Amino acid sequence: MISQLLEKFIKHIDSFLMTCLFFALMTGLFVLYSASGQDISRVYAQGVNIIVALSFMWVAANIAPHQLERIALPIYVLAVFLLIAVELFGSISHGAQRWLNLGFTKIQPSEVMRIAMPMMLAWYFSKQESKPMMRNFVIAGLFLFVPVALIMKQPDLGTSLLITASGFYVLFLAGLSWRLLVGGVVLFGASMPILWSMMHDYQRRRIEILFDPSQDPLGSGYHTIQAIIAIGSGGAVGKGWLNGTQAQLDFIPERTTDFIFAVFSEEFGLLGDLLLLGLFTLIIFRGLVIAAQAQSTFGRLLAGSISLTFFTYAFVNMGMVSGILPVVGVPLPLISYGGTSMVMLCLSLGILMSIQTHKKLVAT
Amino acid sequence: MRPELKNFQHEQHYFRLRLSFTGFVVLGLFSVLAFRFSYLQIKQYVHYQTLAENNRISLVPVVANRGLILDKNGVVLAHNFFVYTLEITPAKVDDLEATIAKVSKLVEISKLDRKRFNKLRGESRNFESIPIRTHLNEIEAASFAVNHYRFPGVEIRSRLFRHYPLGKLGAHMVGYIGRINDNDLLNLEKAGDLSNYKGSDHVGKSGVEQFYERQLHGTTGFQQVEVDADGSAVRVISSTPPVPGSNLTLSIDSKLQEIAETAFGDRRGALVAINPKTGEVLSYVSQPTFDPNLFVDGIDVDNWKSLNDSLDKPLVNRPVRGIYPPGSTFKPFVAMAGLENGRRTPPFSIHDPGYFTLGNSSHHYRDWKPGGHGSVDMQRAITVSCDTFFYGLALDLGVEKLTGFVRNFGFGEKSGVDIQGENGGLLPTPEWKMRRYKQPWYQGETVIIGIGQGYTLVTPFQLAQATATLANNGVAMKPHLVMRIQEAITGESRRIAPIVKNKIALKPENIAIVRQGMIDVTLPGGTAASVGANAAYSIAAKTGTAQVIGIKQNAKYDISSINERHRDHALFIAYAPADNPSIALAVIVENGGHGGSAAGPIARKVMDYYLLGQSPATEPTKETKSPPVVHAGQNIKTLQAAPEEELHD
Repeated sequence: MISQLLEKFIKHIDSFLMTCLFFALMTGLFVLYSASGQDISRVYAQGVNIIVALSFMWVAANIAPHQLERIALPIYVLAVFLLIAVELFGSISHGAQRWLNLGFTKIQPSEVMRIAMPMMLAWYFSKQESKPMMRNFVIAGLFLFVPVALIMKQPDLGTSLLITASGFYVLFLAGLSWRLLVGGVVLFGASMPILWSMMHDYQRRRIEILFDPSQDPLGSGYHTIQAIIAIGSGGAVGKGWLNGTQAQLDFIPERTTDFIFAVFSEEFGLLGDLLLLGLFTLIIFRGLVIAAQAQSTFGRLLAGSISLTFFTYAFVNMGMVSGILPVVGVPLPLISYGGTSMVMLCLSLGILMSIQTHKKLVAT
Repeated sequence: MRPELKNFQHEQHYFRLRLSFTGFVVLGLFSVLAFRFSYLQIKQYVHYQTLAENNRISLVPVVANRGLILDKNGVVLAHNFFVYTLEITPAKVDDLEATIAKVSKLVEISKLDRKRFNKLRGESRNFESIPIRTHLNEIEAASFAVNHYRFPGVEIRSRLFRHYPLGKLGAHMVGYIGRINDNDLLNLEKAGDLSNYKGSDHVGKSGVEQFYERQLHGTTGFQQVEVDADGSAVRVISSTPPVPGSNLTLSIDSKLQEIAETAFGDRRGALVAINPKTGEVLSYVSQPTFDPNLFVDGIDVDNWKSLNDSLDKPLVNRPVRGIYPPGSTFKPFVAMAGLENGRRTPPFSIHDPGYFTLGNSSHHYRDWKPGGHGSVDMQRAITVSCDTFFYGLALDLGVEKLTGFVRNFGFGEKSGVDIQGENGGLLPTPEWKMRRYKQPWYQGETVIIGIGQGYTLVTPFQLAQATATLANNGVAMKPHLVMRIQEAITGESRRIAPIVKNKIALKPENIAIVRQGMIDVTLPGGTAASVGANAAYSIAAKTGTAQVIGIKQNAKYDISSINERHRDHALFIAYAPADNPSIALAVIVENGGHGGSAAGPIARKVMDYYLLGQSPATEPTKETKSPPVVHAGQNIKTLQAAPEEELHD
C-alpha cells in the first residue's frame, strides 16, 4: 500500500536528475554554511527554499508536456502584461524597478518570463505545420525581443541575458539557419555601440572593469579581484571547509549569493571545481539526452532550451567569478542562496522530468 | 522558397545534430572554465596564496599636516616637524625585554623612555606601533637602520611631531595634543569623525588645540597600494591626497603674553585681557604653567606625577576652570545694579561707622577699614571700596534683583570662549540654595554678596569678560582667542568677525558714575593709586580681595600667623584708556593678599605694553599714601585686613 503510494509519488521523478540534484543541493548547503560565516539560520532558510522549490519541481514533473504546451501562450501573455505593469507601477529598490506589489506578496515578473519564454517559443515552433521559415524566426525573434527589452529597461542585465539565451536556444534548435546566425552575430557586433549607449553607467563600468579589474580595486573591480584571489589561493585541493581566509575574513562580497563559487573554490580547490563542473555537466547532458529522446517538437525544444539555459547559468556565473566574464549578477545554479532562482531552476528541471517520464506513457 | 512539410524522422535527425553541436559547445566552454581554474589554482597558486595571506590591496591612510597656531604677529606657537622615532609593535616581538635590551646597545634608551613606553603600552593595543625612543639623530637612525634586519617588529619611522616652540608660554591657551586614547576614540565615533582619524595618532587634548581640532586636523588622504609577501608596498595604485588642517592665528601677542607671565613671578594666578570692542582675547595667563611638549608623545610617569601632584596645580586651566569669590571687584557691577534699579541715586550718601548691622541683629558686618570711611556716596564707595555702602545696597536690592542684574554681565554662565571645559561659576539664588543645601536663604547672605563674598564664584575669564562689557558701555562681545582661520590649500584667510553677544541697556549717566569711581581708584586716594601712578593714559580699575578661610568675629586677620596658602586672593580688574577702552582685564593672584598691591602692578605692565608698546614702564612710586599700597614682591605686612565676613548658616 505504502510502497504503491510511494511509487506513484516518484513516478514522474527522473532518478538520474534527482541524484545529481541531491548532490548539488547538499553541496550548496555546506558551502552556504561556510559562506554565511557559520550562520545556521541561513542554512535553514535555504532549506525552506529548497523544499518549496522541490515541491514546484514535483508539480511540474507531474504535468504532462501537452498540458504545458496548452498553457504556454497564456503564461507568456500574462508575463508580458506583468512586465508592462512593472514598468508602470513597479516598486523600485536598489535603483532597479523589478518588483510588482500585489498587496499580499511581491513578485518579480522577469522570473516568470524565464520559464514562459522557452515555453512560448517551443509552442510557437511546434505549431508550425511546415519546416520553419525565415518569417517564423522573425516572429519568434519579436516574441523574444519585447520582454527582453522590458527587462533590460528595469534594468536587470543578468536576467535579460539569460532569457535571451533561453529563447535563442529554442531558435537555434528549431533550425535557425547558419547564415542567419552568422549574420546575426555580425549585426550584433555592429549594434554594440548603440547597445553601449543604451546601457546604464554601472553596467558599462562593469564591462570596462572586466578588462581591467585593477582600474577600480575598491569599487566594482573589488568583487572580481577578491574573488580571483580566493579562487587562486584555493590551490589544488583547497583550504578545507570553513577554512577559506578570503571568505571567512569577509573579503568576498555577495559571498552567499552571486559570488558563492569563490568561497567553494577557495575551500575545495581545483578538485572541488572539477567535481562541480562534472556534476553540472551530468545534469546538462542528462537534459540533452531527454531532449534528444523527446517525442514532440514542443518537448524537445523546451528540454533542449532548459538544459542549455542551465548551462548558461553555470557558465556565466563561474566565468564572472573567475574573471573571464563581466559581473552581470547571475547566481550559481542550485548553490547560491536565494528562493526565486532556486524555485525557477527546480521548476525547469521538473519540466525536464515531465518530458522524460511522460514520454514512456505515450510509448506504451 | 516553398514551405516544406514536416518530416518527423528528418526533423528529429536534424534536431539531434544541432543538439550534439550544443553538447560540444557545452563541453568546450566548460573546458575553458576548467583551464581557467587550473591556471588560477595551479599555475598562479603561489601568487594568489601570497595575496590572500596579506590581502593584496591595502589602504594606507595619509595623515594630513596639522594646521599651525600663530600669534597675531605670526610668531609660531605650534608647528610640526619630522623626527625619527624608534617604534616597537609588541605583537610582532617575541621577547620584548630582550629586544629592548638589545636595541638599547645601538640606540640609547633612557629610563624615562622605558617608563613612557610602558605607560603607552598599557594604553595601546598590542598590534599598534609604540615609540620607545623619539627624536633620534641621524647617526642613531642610521646605525639602527643597518641593523634593522636583526629586529623584526622594531622599526624606524619618520613622523610629524607637534612642537610648541615657546614651551611654557601660554600653554593653557594653546593647549597640546596627545595620543588618542579610548575616550577620544569614543568621542570621535560619536562625532562621526572616526574614519578621518585612521592613521592619526594624536588629537587635541586641551586649549585651542582641542577646541579647533576639526579645523586643525585636516582631512586624511588615502593611498591604495599593492603589497608583496612581506606586506610592504610595491606599487601605489591610486592616491587621494590629504587636505592639511587650517592655520589659526590667535589675537594674542606673544610678547605681551611673556610680559604678563613674567610679571607673575613665581606666584600662582590668572590673567585675562580682552579687547572690549571686539571680544578678542589679548592675553590668557594661567600660572604656574607647564611645558606642553612633554605631552605630545605621551608624558612619562615622573613628569606626570610632579605636575599632577604639585600643590601649585600647574595643570589647572585657571582662567576658565579656576573659581574664586570676586571680592570687591564685584562692587562696580553691584553699583550698576543699584543705579539701574533706582535703589541708589548718585548723590545718595551714607555715613560709614566701619560696620553694618541688620536691623534686629547685633552681628557686625565689618568694613575693611576699622572706623569707617565717613561720608560716602556711590562714586566714592567704589573708589575707596567701602564695604558698608555695598552691604546696605545689596540688602536694599534683594538677592534676586542683584544676581538677576549682574547675570547680564556674564556671571554665573559660561562665557563661550573657544576653550573647552569652562566653568560657569556661581551666582546664588534662594532657589539654588534650597536645591543645593535644603536650607532657606538668609538676609545676611544677601548682604555679603554686595562685596562679592558668600556663595558667589567667578572665573577669571568671567571677570575679564564682565569688565570688558562694562568698558564697552554694556555691550558684551563674544570672546574668542582665534582671530583668523587660514585654509591651507587655498591660502584663503577668514577673520573672525566680532559678534555682539548681549546688549545691556545701561544709562550713560550711570555708566559715567561707575567709571569715574573706578578711575579714581587709580588716582591718589584710591585703593590702587600706585597702579595708576605716572600712567600716560587713564585707567578705570577696581581692587579686590577674596577670602580663602573664614575669620572669626572679633578675630584679626594676621598675615604672619596664616599659612601662605590660606592668605587672601588678590584680585584686580581694569580697563584703559578709561574714556575709550581698548583693553579690559582681570588679574587674580592666589594668596597674594590685596588686589591693588599684588595684582595691580601685573595689570599695569600688561596695559603699558599693550597701549604704549613699551616693556614695563616706570616703577610705580612708593610715596603714594592712603589705602594699602604695596608693590609686587614687597613684604605684605603693611596690608590691612581684607573685608572679612564669616558665613553664618
